[in-house]
Amino acid sequence: MLAKRIIPCLDIKNGQTVKGVRFVEIKEVGDPVELGALYAQQGADELVFLDITASHEGRKTFVDLVKRIARNINIPFTVGGGISEVKDAEALLNAGADKISINSSAVKNPQLINDLAQNFGSQFVVVAIDAKHQQGDEWIVTVNGGRIPTDKRLFSWAKEAEERGAGEILFTSMDHDGVKQGFANEALAKLSESLSIPIIASGGAGAMEHFKDVFTIGKADAGLAASIFHFNEIPIPQLKQYLHQQGIPIRL
Amino acid sequence: MNIVIIKYNAGNIRSVNNALLRLGHSAEITADPEKITRADKVIFPGVGEASTTMKYLRETGLDNLIKELKQPVLGICLGMQLMCSHSEEGDATCLNIFDEQVRRFQLPQPNPGNLKVPQMGWNQIYDLKSDLFDASLEGQYVYFVHSYYVAMGHDTAATTDYVLPYSSALQKDNFFATQFHPEKSGKAGEKILSNFLNL
Repeated sequence: MLAKRIIPCLDIKNGQTVKGVRFVEIKEVGDPVELGALYAQQGADELVFLDITASHEGRKTFVDLVKRIARNINIPFTVGGGISEVKDAEALLNAGADKISINSSAVKNPQLINDLAQNFGSQFVVVAIDAKHQQGDEWIVTVNGGRIPTDKRLFSWAKEAEERGAGEILFTSMDHDGVKQGFANEALAKLSESLSIPIIASGGAGAMEHFKDVFTIGKADAGLAASIFHFNEIPIPQLKQYLHQQGIPIRL
Repeated sequence: MNIVIIKYNAGNIRSVNNALLRLGHSAEITADPEKITRADKVIFPGVGEASTTMKYLRETGLDNLIKELKQPVLGICLGMQLMCSHSEEGDATCLNIFDEQVRRFQLPQPNPGNLKVPQMGWNQIYDLKSDLFDASLEGQYVYFVHSYYVAMGHDTAATTDYVLPYSSALQKDNFFATQFHPEKSGKAGEKILSNFLNL
Protein backbone atom coordinates (compact mmCIF):
# COMPACT_ATOMS: atom_id res chain seq x y z
CA MET A 1 0.00 0.00 0.00
CA LEU A 2 1.26 3.49 -0.84
CA ALA A 3 2.59 5.08 2.37
CA LYS A 4 1.68 8.52 3.64
CA ARG A 5 4.75 10.72 3.47
CA ILE A 6 6.42 12.72 6.25
CA ILE A 7 8.35 15.68 4.86
CA PRO A 8 10.62 17.97 6.88
CA CYS A 9 10.94 21.40 5.29
CA LEU A 10 14.21 23.30 5.57
CA ASP A 11 14.16 27.03 4.93
CA ILE A 12 17.53 28.16 3.64
CA LYS A 13 19.06 31.58 3.99
CA ASN A 14 22.64 32.18 2.86
CA GLY A 15 23.27 28.43 2.81
CA GLN A 16 21.97 27.86 6.35
CA THR A 17 18.72 26.36 7.65
CA VAL A 18 16.25 28.72 9.26
CA LYS A 19 12.65 28.55 10.32
CA GLY A 20 10.40 31.55 10.48
CA VAL A 21 7.66 31.39 13.05
CA ARG A 22 4.72 32.86 11.15
CA PHE A 23 7.38 33.98 8.67
CA VAL A 24 9.05 36.43 11.07
CA GLU A 25 11.59 35.94 13.90
CA ILE A 26 14.25 33.99 12.05
CA LYS A 27 16.48 31.59 13.97
CA GLU A 28 19.31 29.43 12.63
CA VAL A 29 19.14 25.65 13.08
CA GLY A 30 21.99 24.06 11.15
CA ASP A 31 23.78 22.96 7.99
CA PRO A 32 21.18 21.89 5.40
CA VAL A 33 23.07 18.90 4.04
CA GLU A 34 23.89 17.57 7.48
CA LEU A 35 20.35 18.13 8.72
CA GLY A 36 18.85 16.62 5.54
CA ALA A 37 21.02 13.51 5.80
CA LEU A 38 20.04 13.13 9.45
CA TYR A 39 16.34 13.35 8.55
CA ALA A 40 16.78 10.81 5.76
CA GLN A 41 18.47 8.44 8.18
CA GLN A 42 15.66 8.97 10.71
CA GLY A 43 13.05 7.96 8.14
CA ALA A 44 11.93 11.18 6.44
CA ASP A 45 10.24 10.21 3.17
CA GLU A 46 11.22 13.33 1.25
CA LEU A 47 12.81 16.70 1.96
CA VAL A 48 11.89 20.20 0.89
CA PHE A 49 14.52 22.95 0.73
CA LEU A 50 13.15 26.48 0.31
CA ASP A 51 15.58 29.25 -0.53
CA ILE A 52 14.00 32.21 1.23
CA THR A 53 16.70 34.60 0.04
CA ALA A 54 16.43 33.51 -3.58
CA SER A 55 14.60 36.50 -4.97
CA HIS A 56 17.26 38.85 -3.66
CA GLU A 57 20.69 37.23 -3.50
CA GLY A 58 22.70 34.05 -3.18
CA ARG A 59 21.21 32.25 -6.19
CA LYS A 60 24.45 30.53 -7.08
CA THR A 61 25.11 29.54 -3.47
CA PHE A 62 21.78 27.73 -3.49
CA VAL A 63 22.48 25.87 -6.74
CA ASP A 64 25.80 24.72 -5.27
CA LEU A 65 23.98 23.62 -2.14
CA VAL A 66 21.51 21.62 -4.27
CA LYS A 67 24.46 19.82 -5.89
CA ARG A 68 25.79 18.88 -2.45
CA ILE A 69 22.36 17.70 -1.33
CA ALA A 70 21.97 15.52 -4.44
CA ARG A 71 25.34 13.89 -3.90
CA ASN A 72 24.76 13.15 -0.23
CA ILE A 73 21.10 12.31 0.25
CA ASN A 74 19.43 9.07 -0.86
CA ILE A 75 15.78 10.13 -0.80
CA PRO A 76 13.86 12.49 -3.11
CA PHE A 77 13.96 16.22 -2.50
CA THR A 78 12.14 19.30 -3.71
CA VAL A 79 13.67 22.75 -3.97
CA GLY A 80 11.89 26.06 -4.16
CA GLY A 81 12.32 29.78 -3.91
CA GLY A 82 13.07 32.30 -6.61
CA ILE A 83 12.12 30.15 -9.61
CA SER A 84 10.50 32.51 -12.07
CA GLU A 85 11.66 31.15 -15.42
CA VAL A 86 12.22 27.77 -17.07
CA LYS A 87 15.99 28.34 -16.98
CA ASP A 88 15.94 28.73 -13.16
CA ALA A 89 14.26 25.34 -12.87
CA GLU A 90 16.63 23.80 -15.39
CA ALA A 91 19.65 24.89 -13.33
CA LEU A 92 18.15 23.16 -10.28
CA LEU A 93 17.26 20.02 -12.29
CA ASN A 94 20.83 19.87 -13.56
CA ALA A 95 22.10 20.32 -10.01
CA GLY A 96 20.14 17.16 -9.09
CA ALA A 97 16.78 18.34 -7.70
CA ASP A 98 13.99 15.78 -8.08
CA LYS A 99 11.23 18.39 -8.03
CA ILE A 100 10.90 22.14 -7.92
CA SER A 101 8.27 24.13 -6.11
CA ILE A 102 6.87 27.38 -7.44
CA ASN A 103 4.59 29.76 -5.59
CA SER A 104 4.40 33.53 -6.25
CA SER A 105 5.87 33.16 -9.73
CA ALA A 106 3.06 30.77 -10.72
CA VAL A 107 0.44 33.22 -9.45
CA LYS A 108 2.04 36.04 -11.44
CA ASN A 109 2.59 33.90 -14.54
CA PRO A 110 0.40 30.75 -14.56
CA GLN A 111 1.81 29.76 -17.98
CA LEU A 112 5.07 28.94 -16.13
CA ILE A 113 3.36 25.78 -14.82
CA ASN A 114 2.60 24.63 -18.38
CA ASP A 115 6.11 25.47 -19.55
CA LEU A 116 7.79 23.59 -16.70
CA ALA A 117 5.53 20.55 -17.08
CA GLN A 118 6.13 20.40 -20.83
CA ASN A 119 9.88 20.74 -20.47
CA PHE A 120 10.52 18.50 -17.50
CA GLY A 121 7.32 16.52 -16.85
CA SER A 122 4.56 17.04 -14.28
CA GLN A 123 6.37 14.89 -11.71
CA PHE A 124 8.96 17.69 -11.47
CA VAL A 125 6.48 20.51 -10.75
CA VAL A 126 5.06 21.21 -7.30
CA VAL A 127 2.77 24.22 -7.07
CA ALA A 128 2.87 25.69 -3.56
CA ILE A 129 -0.15 27.71 -2.47
CA ASP A 130 -0.23 29.91 0.65
CA ALA A 131 -3.79 30.86 1.51
CA LYS A 132 -5.70 32.71 4.22
CA HIS A 133 -9.16 31.66 5.32
CA GLN A 134 -12.01 34.12 4.86
CA GLN A 135 -15.51 32.78 5.41
CA GLY A 136 -16.99 29.37 4.69
CA ASP A 137 -15.22 27.91 1.68
CA GLU A 138 -13.38 31.06 0.73
CA TRP A 139 -9.60 31.05 1.00
CA ILE A 140 -7.59 33.92 -0.48
CA VAL A 141 -4.32 32.97 -2.13
CA THR A 142 -1.45 35.11 -0.86
CA VAL A 143 2.10 35.69 -2.12
CA ASN A 144 5.43 36.91 -0.72
CA GLY A 145 5.26 34.80 2.42
CA GLY A 146 1.62 35.59 3.13
CA ARG A 147 2.06 39.35 3.01
CA ILE A 148 0.21 40.13 -0.22
CA PRO A 149 -3.35 38.94 -0.96
CA THR A 150 -4.17 38.13 -4.60
CA ASP A 151 -7.39 37.84 -6.56
CA LYS A 152 -7.02 34.04 -6.70
CA ARG A 153 -8.98 31.63 -4.52
CA LEU A 154 -7.57 28.37 -3.18
CA PHE A 155 -9.82 25.74 -4.77
CA SER A 156 -10.09 27.27 -8.23
CA TRP A 157 -6.37 28.11 -8.34
CA ALA A 158 -5.39 24.57 -7.25
CA LYS A 159 -7.66 23.12 -9.97
CA GLU A 160 -6.16 25.44 -12.55
CA ALA A 161 -2.64 24.46 -11.46
CA GLU A 162 -3.53 20.79 -11.89
CA GLU A 163 -4.98 21.42 -15.37
CA ARG A 164 -1.86 23.34 -16.36
CA GLY A 165 0.32 20.38 -15.43
CA ALA A 166 1.25 20.58 -11.74
CA GLY A 167 2.28 17.19 -10.35
CA GLU A 168 1.51 17.99 -6.72
CA ILE A 169 -0.05 20.77 -4.66
CA LEU A 170 1.69 21.96 -1.48
CA PHE A 171 -0.97 23.85 0.48
CA THR A 172 0.01 26.02 3.47
CA SER A 173 -2.73 27.54 5.57
CA MET A 174 -1.45 30.93 6.74
CA ASP A 175 -3.97 30.77 9.57
CA HIS A 176 -2.53 27.51 10.89
CA ASP A 177 1.17 27.97 10.11
CA GLY A 178 3.28 28.39 13.25
CA VAL A 179 0.30 28.04 15.58
CA LYS A 180 0.84 24.29 16.21
CA GLN A 181 -2.86 23.54 16.67
CA GLY A 182 -3.24 21.12 13.75
CA PHE A 183 -3.57 21.35 9.95
CA ALA A 184 -6.43 22.94 7.96
CA ASN A 185 -8.11 19.56 7.59
CA GLU A 186 -11.44 20.65 6.16
CA ALA A 187 -9.88 22.59 3.30
CA LEU A 188 -7.31 19.82 2.74
CA ALA A 189 -10.01 17.15 2.43
CA LYS A 190 -11.87 19.28 -0.07
CA LEU A 191 -8.69 19.78 -2.10
CA SER A 192 -7.84 16.09 -1.99
CA GLU A 193 -11.31 15.08 -3.16
CA SER A 194 -11.52 17.64 -5.94
CA LEU A 195 -8.06 17.05 -7.46
CA SER A 196 -6.48 13.89 -8.81
CA ILE A 197 -2.88 14.83 -7.96
CA PRO A 198 -1.27 14.37 -4.53
CA ILE A 199 -1.75 17.02 -1.83
CA ILE A 200 1.04 17.94 0.62
CA ALA A 201 -0.35 19.52 3.78
CA SER A 202 1.64 22.27 5.47
CA GLY A 203 1.10 24.57 8.41
CA GLY A 204 -0.07 23.71 11.90
CA ALA A 205 1.77 20.57 13.01
CA GLY A 206 2.35 20.68 16.75
CA ALA A 207 1.60 17.14 17.95
CA MET A 208 1.69 13.61 16.57
CA GLU A 209 -2.14 13.49 16.55
CA HIS A 210 -2.14 16.35 14.05
CA PHE A 211 -0.44 14.09 11.49
CA LYS A 212 -2.95 11.31 12.13
CA ASP A 213 -5.76 13.82 11.60
CA VAL A 214 -4.27 15.30 8.43
CA PHE A 215 -4.07 11.83 6.85
CA THR A 216 -7.51 10.62 8.01
CA ILE A 217 -9.71 13.75 8.23
CA GLY A 218 -7.63 15.93 5.90
CA LYS A 219 -7.06 13.06 3.38
CA ALA A 220 -3.62 14.47 2.59
CA ASP A 221 -0.99 12.37 0.82
CA ALA A 222 1.91 13.92 2.71
CA GLY A 223 2.42 16.05 5.80
CA LEU A 224 5.10 18.73 5.90
CA ALA A 225 6.53 20.48 8.93
CA ALA A 226 9.65 22.34 9.99
CA SER A 227 10.22 23.59 13.53
CA ILE A 228 8.81 20.52 15.32
CA PHE A 229 11.48 18.46 13.54
CA HIS A 230 14.30 21.00 13.72
CA PHE A 231 13.88 21.44 17.46
CA ASN A 232 13.29 17.72 17.92
CA GLU A 233 9.91 18.35 19.53
CA ILE A 234 8.59 15.36 17.59
CA PRO A 235 11.34 12.93 16.53
CA ILE A 236 10.53 11.40 13.13
CA PRO A 237 11.04 7.74 14.21
CA GLN A 238 8.59 8.24 17.10
CA LEU A 239 6.07 9.98 14.85
CA LYS A 240 6.20 7.20 12.25
CA GLN A 241 5.88 4.50 14.89
CA TYR A 242 2.84 6.30 16.32
CA LEU A 243 1.17 6.63 12.90
CA HIS A 244 1.84 2.97 12.14
CA GLN A 245 0.16 2.00 15.43
CA GLN A 246 -2.79 4.19 14.48
CA GLY A 247 -3.24 2.12 11.31
CA ILE A 248 -1.90 4.73 8.86
CA PRO A 249 0.18 3.22 6.04
CA ILE A 250 3.68 4.44 6.75
CA ARG A 251 7.23 3.44 5.79
CA LEU A 252 9.09 2.30 8.89
CA MET B 1 34.21 -2.47 -12.73
CA ASN B 2 33.19 -0.60 -15.85
CA ILE B 3 29.65 0.80 -15.42
CA VAL B 4 27.88 2.75 -18.12
CA ILE B 5 24.74 4.84 -17.81
CA ILE B 6 23.13 5.25 -21.20
CA LYS B 7 22.86 8.92 -22.08
CA TYR B 8 19.74 9.92 -23.94
CA ASN B 9 17.12 12.67 -23.90
CA ALA B 10 15.76 11.89 -20.43
CA GLY B 11 16.14 13.28 -16.95
CA ASN B 12 17.26 11.48 -13.81
CA ILE B 13 20.63 10.38 -15.16
CA ARG B 14 22.69 12.36 -12.66
CA SER B 15 20.70 10.94 -9.71
CA VAL B 16 21.70 7.42 -10.67
CA ASN B 17 25.34 8.42 -10.90
CA ASN B 18 25.16 10.14 -7.50
CA ALA B 19 23.77 6.93 -5.99
CA LEU B 20 26.62 4.90 -7.54
CA LEU B 21 29.14 7.39 -6.15
CA ARG B 22 27.65 6.91 -2.66
CA LEU B 23 28.25 3.16 -3.12
CA GLY B 24 31.88 3.81 -3.99
CA HIS B 25 31.51 3.30 -7.74
CA SER B 26 31.48 5.67 -10.63
CA ALA B 27 29.84 5.33 -13.98
CA GLU B 28 30.44 6.82 -17.36
CA ILE B 29 27.40 8.57 -18.81
CA THR B 30 27.63 7.98 -22.54
CA ALA B 31 25.78 7.24 -25.79
CA ASP B 32 28.91 5.77 -27.44
CA PRO B 33 27.86 2.33 -28.80
CA GLU B 34 31.31 0.87 -28.35
CA LYS B 35 31.59 1.93 -24.71
CA ILE B 36 28.09 0.65 -23.96
CA THR B 37 28.78 -2.71 -25.58
CA ARG B 38 32.07 -3.17 -23.73
CA ALA B 39 30.76 -2.18 -20.24
CA ASP B 40 30.45 -4.75 -17.44
CA LYS B 41 27.13 -3.27 -16.33
CA VAL B 42 24.70 -1.06 -18.19
CA ILE B 43 22.07 1.17 -16.56
CA PHE B 44 19.19 2.48 -18.66
CA PRO B 45 17.49 5.16 -16.51
CA GLY B 46 14.71 7.48 -17.47
CA VAL B 47 12.15 10.07 -16.65
CA GLY B 48 10.21 11.32 -19.63
CA GLU B 49 7.57 10.50 -22.20
CA ALA B 50 7.56 7.09 -23.92
CA SER B 51 6.87 7.89 -27.60
CA THR B 52 9.30 10.82 -27.91
CA THR B 53 11.99 8.86 -26.09
CA MET B 54 11.50 5.80 -28.35
CA LYS B 55 11.72 8.05 -31.41
CA TYR B 56 15.05 9.35 -30.12
CA LEU B 57 16.34 5.83 -29.38
CA ARG B 58 15.44 4.70 -32.92
CA GLU B 59 17.03 7.74 -34.55
CA THR B 60 20.28 7.14 -32.69
CA GLY B 61 20.29 3.37 -33.18
CA LEU B 62 20.34 2.87 -29.41
CA ASP B 63 17.16 0.75 -29.70
CA ASN B 64 18.85 -2.21 -31.41
CA LEU B 65 22.02 -1.77 -29.40
CA ILE B 66 20.20 -2.10 -26.05
CA LYS B 67 18.26 -5.19 -27.19
CA GLU B 68 21.43 -6.98 -28.13
CA LEU B 69 23.42 -6.33 -24.96
CA LYS B 70 24.74 -9.46 -23.26
CA GLN B 71 25.94 -8.07 -19.92
CA PRO B 72 23.57 -7.29 -16.99
CA VAL B 73 21.33 -4.34 -17.93
CA LEU B 74 19.18 -2.45 -15.42
CA GLY B 75 16.26 -0.37 -16.71
CA ILE B 76 14.77 2.14 -14.27
CA CYS B 77 11.26 3.67 -14.36
CA LEU B 78 10.68 4.82 -17.96
CA GLY B 79 13.69 2.64 -18.85
CA MET B 80 11.72 -0.42 -17.67
CA GLN B 81 8.62 0.63 -19.60
CA LEU B 82 10.64 1.15 -22.78
CA MET B 83 12.00 -2.40 -22.45
CA CYS B 84 8.41 -3.72 -22.84
CA SER B 85 6.69 -4.31 -26.18
CA HIS B 86 4.29 -1.37 -26.27
CA SER B 87 3.26 1.62 -24.16
CA GLU B 88 -0.11 3.38 -24.15
CA GLU B 89 1.81 6.61 -23.51
CA GLY B 90 1.87 8.20 -26.96
CA ASP B 91 0.99 4.75 -28.46
CA ALA B 92 4.68 3.84 -28.51
CA THR B 93 6.17 0.68 -29.97
CA CYS B 94 8.96 -0.16 -27.55
CA LEU B 95 12.02 -2.43 -27.39
CA ASN B 96 10.15 -5.72 -26.82
CA ILE B 97 12.73 -7.21 -24.47
CA PHE B 98 9.85 -8.07 -22.16
CA ASP B 99 6.68 -9.23 -23.90
CA GLU B 100 4.46 -6.91 -21.86
CA GLN B 101 2.12 -3.97 -22.45
CA VAL B 102 2.46 -0.69 -20.51
CA ARG B 103 -0.91 0.77 -19.52
CA ARG B 104 -2.13 3.86 -17.70
CA PHE B 105 -3.54 3.44 -14.18
CA GLN B 106 -7.34 3.67 -14.26
CA LEU B 107 -8.65 5.02 -10.97
CA PRO B 108 -11.52 3.04 -9.42
CA GLN B 109 -14.98 4.70 -9.53
CA PRO B 110 -15.89 5.46 -6.79
CA ASN B 111 -12.43 6.10 -5.32
CA PRO B 112 -12.82 5.74 -1.54
CA GLY B 113 -9.06 5.52 -0.92
CA ASN B 114 -8.53 8.83 -2.75
CA LEU B 115 -5.93 7.21 -5.01
CA LYS B 116 -4.08 9.61 -7.30
CA VAL B 117 -2.35 9.33 -10.66
CA PRO B 118 0.65 9.48 -10.77
CA GLN B 119 1.42 7.14 -7.93
CA MET B 120 3.96 9.24 -6.08
CA GLY B 121 5.76 8.05 -2.98
CA TRP B 122 6.88 4.95 -1.13
CA ASN B 123 5.23 1.58 -1.67
CA GLN B 124 6.13 -2.03 -0.85
CA ILE B 125 7.69 -4.66 -3.09
CA TYR B 126 6.85 -8.32 -2.46
CA ASP B 127 7.00 -11.83 -4.01
CA LEU B 128 10.58 -11.06 -5.01
CA LYS B 129 12.03 -13.41 -7.64
CA SER B 130 15.33 -12.16 -8.94
CA ASP B 131 19.01 -11.89 -8.01
CA LEU B 132 18.36 -8.16 -7.86
CA PHE B 133 16.69 -8.84 -4.52
CA ASP B 134 17.43 -10.79 -1.39
CA ALA B 135 15.25 -11.94 1.50
CA SER B 136 15.88 -8.72 3.48
CA LEU B 137 14.09 -6.72 0.79
CA GLU B 138 10.77 -8.60 0.91
CA GLY B 139 8.05 -6.11 1.89
CA GLN B 140 10.44 -3.11 1.91
CA TYR B 141 9.31 0.34 0.78
CA VAL B 142 10.84 1.90 -2.32
CA TYR B 143 10.16 5.19 -4.12
CA PHE B 144 7.81 5.38 -7.12
CA VAL B 145 6.69 8.15 -9.47
CA HIS B 146 4.63 6.85 -12.39
CA SER B 147 1.28 7.03 -14.17
CA TYR B 148 1.78 3.92 -16.35
CA TYR B 149 2.34 0.36 -15.17
CA VAL B 150 3.23 -3.14 -16.37
CA ALA B 151 0.70 -5.87 -15.53
CA MET B 152 1.64 -9.13 -13.79
CA GLY B 153 3.29 -11.51 -16.26
CA HIS B 154 5.82 -14.19 -16.99
CA ASP B 155 8.83 -11.97 -16.23
CA THR B 156 7.48 -10.35 -13.06
CA ALA B 157 10.31 -10.19 -10.50
CA ALA B 158 8.56 -8.03 -7.86
CA THR B 159 4.93 -7.14 -7.19
CA THR B 160 3.45 -3.90 -5.81
CA ASP B 161 -0.19 -2.98 -5.10
CA TYR B 162 -1.55 0.30 -6.41
CA VAL B 163 -5.06 0.28 -7.90
CA LEU B 164 -4.18 -3.37 -8.66
CA PRO B 165 -1.23 -5.75 -8.15
CA TYR B 166 1.31 -5.00 -10.90
CA SER B 167 4.94 -5.70 -11.86
CA SER B 168 7.25 -3.36 -9.96
CA ALA B 169 10.28 -5.24 -11.31
CA LEU B 170 10.94 -7.52 -14.29
CA GLN B 171 13.72 -9.89 -15.19
CA LYS B 172 14.51 -11.99 -18.23
CA ASP B 173 17.99 -13.41 -18.83
CA ASN B 174 20.48 -10.53 -18.45
CA PHE B 175 17.78 -7.85 -18.47
CA PHE B 176 16.64 -6.43 -15.11
CA ALA B 177 14.19 -3.59 -14.61
CA THR B 178 12.53 -1.69 -11.78
CA GLN B 179 9.51 0.61 -11.97
CA PHE B 180 10.69 2.33 -8.78
CA HIS B 181 13.79 4.47 -8.38
CA PRO B 182 16.44 2.53 -6.44
CA GLU B 183 18.67 5.61 -6.59
CA LYS B 184 16.09 7.50 -4.48
CA SER B 185 14.94 4.63 -2.25
CA GLY B 186 17.15 5.05 0.79
CA LYS B 187 18.90 2.01 2.20
CA ALA B 188 16.63 -0.49 0.39
CA GLY B 189 17.45 1.12 -2.94
CA GLU B 190 21.18 1.07 -2.20
CA LYS B 191 20.93 -2.67 -1.47
CA ILE B 192 19.22 -3.27 -4.81
CA LEU B 193 21.80 -1.25 -6.74
CA SER B 194 24.63 -3.02 -5.00
CA ASN B 195 23.02 -6.42 -5.73
CA PHE B 196 22.94 -5.42 -9.39
CA LEU B 197 26.58 -4.36 -9.34
CA ASN B 198 27.49 -7.68 -7.71
CA LEU B 199 25.80 -9.83 -10.38
